[in-house]
Amino acid sequence: MKWTINGQVREAEVDFRTSLLDLLRERFQLSGTKKGCNQGACGACTVLLDGRRINACLTLAAQVQGREITTIEGLSDGEALHPVQVAFVEHDGFQCGYCTPGQICSAVGLAGELERGWPSAVTKDLKTTDVAFDREELRERMSGNLCRCGAYNGIVDAVSEALGEEVRR
Amino acid sequence: MNAFDYHQAVDAEQAIEQAMRRQQTRYLGGGTNLVDLMRETVERPAALIDVSTLAREIEETTHGGLFIGAGVTNAELAADPRVRMRYPVLSRAILCGASAQIRNMATVAGNLLQRTRCAYFYDIASHCNKREPGSGCDAREGFHRYHAILGASSSCIATHPSDMAVAMVALDARVHLRGPDGERSLALSELHREPGERPDLETVLAPEELIVAVELPPLPMAAISEYRKVRDRASYAFALVSVASMAALDGDTIGDVRLALGGVGTVPWRARRAEAALRGAAISERAIDTAVEAELEMARTLPGNGFKLALARRLMTSELKARVADAREGGES
Amino acid sequence: MNPFRDPMSSDRFDSESSGVALAGDYWRRDGKPDALGTSDRVGQPLSRLDGAQKVTGRARFAAEFSFDGMLYAALVYSTIANGRIASIDRDAVESMPGVALVMTHDNAPRLNTAPVFLRSPNGAAGDDHPIMQSDRVHWNGQPVALVLAETQEQADAAVERLEIEYRAEPAVTDFEIAKGQARAPDNVLGGPAEIALGDADSAFAAAPHRVDATYTTPRHNHNAIEPHAVTLKWSREAGTEILRIHDASQCVDLTAASLAEVFDIDAAQIHITSPFVGGGFGSKTLWQHQILAAAAARVVERPVRLALSRKGVYRVVGGRACTEQRVALGADDSGKLSALIHSGIASMTCHNNLPEPFVQATKCLYAADAIRLSIEVADMHMLANTFMRAPGESVGTFALESALDELAERLGMDPLALRERNEPAQDPISGLPFSSRHLLEAARAGAERFGWSGRAATPGSRREGEWQIGMGCATATYPYMRMPGAAARITLSAKGATIDIAAHEMGMGTATVQTQIAAARLGLPVEQVTFRYGDNMLAGAVLAGGSQQTAAIGGAVIAAHRELVTALLALVTSDSPLAGLSADDVVCRDAGLAAADDASRFADYAEILSGAGRESLSVEAAAADSEELAHWSMHSFGTIFCEVGVSEISGEVRVRRLLGSFDCGRILNPKTATSQFRGGMIMGLGLALMEETWFDARSGRIINPSLADYHVPVQMDVPEIEVMWTDIPDPHTPMGARGIGEIGITGVGAAVANAVYNASGKRIRDLPITLDKLL
Repeated sequence: MKWTINGQVREAEVDFRTSLLDLLRERFQLSGTKKGCNQGACGACTVLLDGRRINACLTLAAQVQGREITTIEGLSDGEALHPVQVAFVEHDGFQCGYCTPGQICSAVGLAGELERGWPSAVTKDLKTTDVAFDREELRERMSGNLCRCGAYNGIVDAVSEALGEEVRR
Repeated sequence: MNAFDYHQAVDAEQAIEQAMRRQQTRYLGGGTNLVDLMRETVERPAALIDVSTLAREIEETTHGGLFIGAGVTNAELAADPRVRMRYPVLSRAILCGASAQIRNMATVAGNLLQRTRCAYFYDIASHCNKREPGSGCDAREGFHRYHAILGASSSCIATHPSDMAVAMVALDARVHLRGPDGERSLALSELHREPGERPDLETVLAPEELIVAVELPPLPMAAISEYRKVRDRASYAFALVSVASMAALDGDTIGDVRLALGGVGTVPWRARRAEAALRGAAISERAIDTAVEAELEMARTLPGNGFKLALARRLMTSELKARVADAREGGES
Repeated sequence: MNPFRDPMSSDRFDSESSGVALAGDYWRRDGKPDALGTSDRVGQPLSRLDGAQKVTGRARFAAEFSFDGMLYAALVYSTIANGRIASIDRDAVESMPGVALVMTHDNAPRLNTAPVFLRSPNGAAGDDHPIMQSDRVHWNGQPVALVLAETQEQADAAVERLEIEYRAEPAVTDFEIAKGQARAPDNVLGGPAEIALGDADSAFAAAPHRVDATYTTPRHNHNAIEPHAVTLKWSREAGTEILRIHDASQCVDLTAASLAEVFDIDAAQIHITSPFVGGGFGSKTLWQHQILAAAAARVVERPVRLALSRKGVYRVVGGRACTEQRVALGADDSGKLSALIHSGIASMTCHNNLPEPFVQATKCLYAADAIRLSIEVADMHMLANTFMRAPGESVGTFALESALDELAERLGMDPLALRERNEPAQDPISGLPFSSRHLLEAARAGAERFGWSGRAATPGSRREGEWQIGMGCATATYPYMRMPGAAARITLSAKGATIDIAAHEMGMGTATVQTQIAAARLGLPVEQVTFRYGDNMLAGAVLAGGSQQTAAIGGAVIAAHRELVTALLALVTSDSPLAGLSADDVVCRDAGLAAADDASRFADYAEILSGAGRESLSVEAAAADSEELAHWSMHSFGTIFCEVGVSEISGEVRVRRLLGSFDCGRILNPKTATSQFRGGMIMGLGLALMEETWFDARSGRIINPSLADYHVPVQMDVPEIEVMWTDIPDPHTPMGARGIGEIGITGVGAAVANAVYNASGKRIRDLPITLDKLL
């Protein structure tokens, strides 16, 4: 089987049972993607599949053959961090760091959703494509990523700053 | 998880062929429920037929409705401008479910066919008539805070967990099926079975039958429609009670109304009795109260889920009032 | 962020040209405070030094290390709460693809029982059950078999196929029944199970104003997002057997000592590292998974990874016990407490040593003429309960601070005024003076910032649409501790300093803050200081628990700093500007030493070392005994303010505003401290509104072992949380600091419950405050 992971074509023979998460962590040593619950309830395994955020734990590796996968390792450019990564450090958007890669990938996926004008559960007027970019929207849209250390305020500060930049560009 | 065979289907016909050639197959959509259940060994398919790449389009029907491919993701459906303009209740319902990540994975058909989240269904050491017919139901005298008050039987009180399906039954959606014997379609409200004595049989799908699309009929009143979901935390949780609602007025009477409930039924619950009581009724608080009672009369509660009766009553009432007010406002503008 | 005028700011003079003197003997009755407590060199909002590693995914956790030839483990958990294993059909599974070992009580190697935390000096274990040594089952979820296979998929598939028959025996799994046989535990955290001051029952009976209520709290689980995991390998080095472990641990030394007992080897043969821990909250100690993994690895002579599934964590790692608490308060017309009774029952097993100590906070908070505090335990067949963030105080303050609110209403008093009325002059039980107590300042400043005066005294009188709005407050507190065993090594070279200490970083900011502190003490830039931790081979033994790690490390570094400066001065030659000076005569600044009273007498470290012909200098010292705890009553304090909306339609509760105003001594890094306070408060919101482990009273089985069914707060549940602090240094602690890791969760349950009452007029005494209780 083949996948394009962080821009590189990777190949491996895998068991059909192998999840995308285990493929990344165990076969390709990309352990930046975390396993928090292995059942889609925490978001620690969030990666981007063709640019959209998904839970790698519930995705079978076989199912996404040939697709493009971006993990936390693929966001930074060498030592140069992605703006969302920089903002997470600056705003203390984490403590233990375990949910962090998932939070960051989720925020990057969220940026794409905002650009496409996708609404959320708290978008008052679903008919508008000019979706507000406020704290409430960010909180709802980041609710698929649990943080037990409780860095939620810092995460919203970080995403808000980093994506604010992106949205303006 | 047991070892299984995997096949990526190129079209519906081939998917069905593949399924017919094997024993114990399951169609795989986004995997957000099936993969989880396989890991818990609740589901033990010998083969997965991956249909997640099929039927990814949303098309206009000739009458102004929408024909939604079974493989459209929940996220795409909720974000579709036509859905947002014509059926906002559906967008909202989908957006109230799960997380952004899961909505990016989950398909329309997979959402409809997701299985209950009853904790005893998930725990293979517990007794569950749905998982193992005849083994008993540990929920009835155990934790059943999330369980059904409508449509339950002595053998099963598990709820259908979908939000999307609740909005869809309110919209009179039809499901298009394809199976070994060809194509057919039926009302979504006919798809799910109440548990009765066979809670393991959850739908009327025939073996190897595949959902290929969901059709939303044109419904002008749905342009002003809403979904309110009440749950134990502010996001990323299943419904305790949810209400999909819309109304159209005819002067001082209720011309038409749609009402469906989530979190309280063993199937996505269309509140037909309440609707019938309201259709043509003069607008009044009493008419709404009477309609709500007509629906909830059938409710059967247990110690842990009795609150749902009061909660459903309050939510239905306040949502109906709000839709009537919306419709009035819409009529004036 | 901090509105307090710091009363000690005039003393906080510490320009770049002056330096930091050696810390004083802060622990002695008439000792000198640690100079760093009043120095501007600490207190900077430095971003986490390990931030880049964490945001890039380069930080490696226990399950992310691997060894060549490593096998993957999976566990089978019992489905009965008490009884025996009748049979296990190993054969069918042993032949499955990739399976290398099926280990059960029939073939497990001989293992000693693990020493229990707080009962044995080496104890890191939650209970003292024998581990896979017999057919006995002690709780529903106990590991009864382990499978090793070449891949995780194969190991998981194998355990699913293992057929096990049990012979169940009667089990006590219903708290309502167990309560009937409640007993006094032999100790509560080493102290008595009952404390009485005067005749509280008579005083209560005679009081003109009384509140007597029962409060209940459910079981909780920590739910750190990183599930427990271990990757380990046995090997031989120079003829000695070595066990190398990558663990997720908040107690590497205790774990090594405990494992040494289990495997009958020397603790020096065990090397545990734990550089990053994905959240602990009291749970990342020694449980069966590490022991079983090591036992299996020894049998097959191959390295093993055992990563618990989320469900596995619930089966193997204990949580917080459920409690039923009575609080009875008697007061006179002015609100002065004449009687304070806090008693109750917690679930427990007789195989562990932690009765949830829910009266801890009550010991120090209020002056009352008579006090009675007691804890009983109800023995059940269940997994050992354990420490979870602020064990005792978290749920105890829910009861006590709810009762205070109820009394305030009965008296027609403002709840804050009632608390002020009962502010004690010294420790109500021990009579010791407080080392530093500025709770009232914190409460007043918090009230001011929060707009407490805008609270409507009459419940249910403020609304916005369907939302009833209310405010509540509660006192937060957590004790200061400094446990024995801490030691530090400082290695100084021309390039800077390395601090080695067997401490832990689970996200508290330890690695960052301790680097800042060491840099300040040594007069070095932060970039020239390396703080190494999370390795039992390093100096000392420091538990990341009891909110004591910062103080414990501080005490050790203070001692090592004195050693270092003494050793440096011993190296200086007679022509050095420092010649003749002793350790207390100098300060550290500009990467060197200077005479405290003459800045011109200065030599930098590089000069001193090279003058003595040395590359580096390394010293190690143990912290002074924590004698301060014998002289003073030492606690952190705070007041939590909360504003909620309660939907009149649905009963949903939304926390609109939350503020914590704390008095925790000197705050060492405002950025990381804010995160810790907020994190604790968010866990408090979970405790208040949603968290509950569903323990099925029929089977003793946890029915919601998942993050889908055990609700912890999500982003949407959490408003912007304001945090402020007095920043008044405690003169009797290292750095003037007291711990801040746990106090955040305390008081929050009651603050929310009190706000819910103020909003809706409904008093909820049973956690969590779910919407059904408000309909």
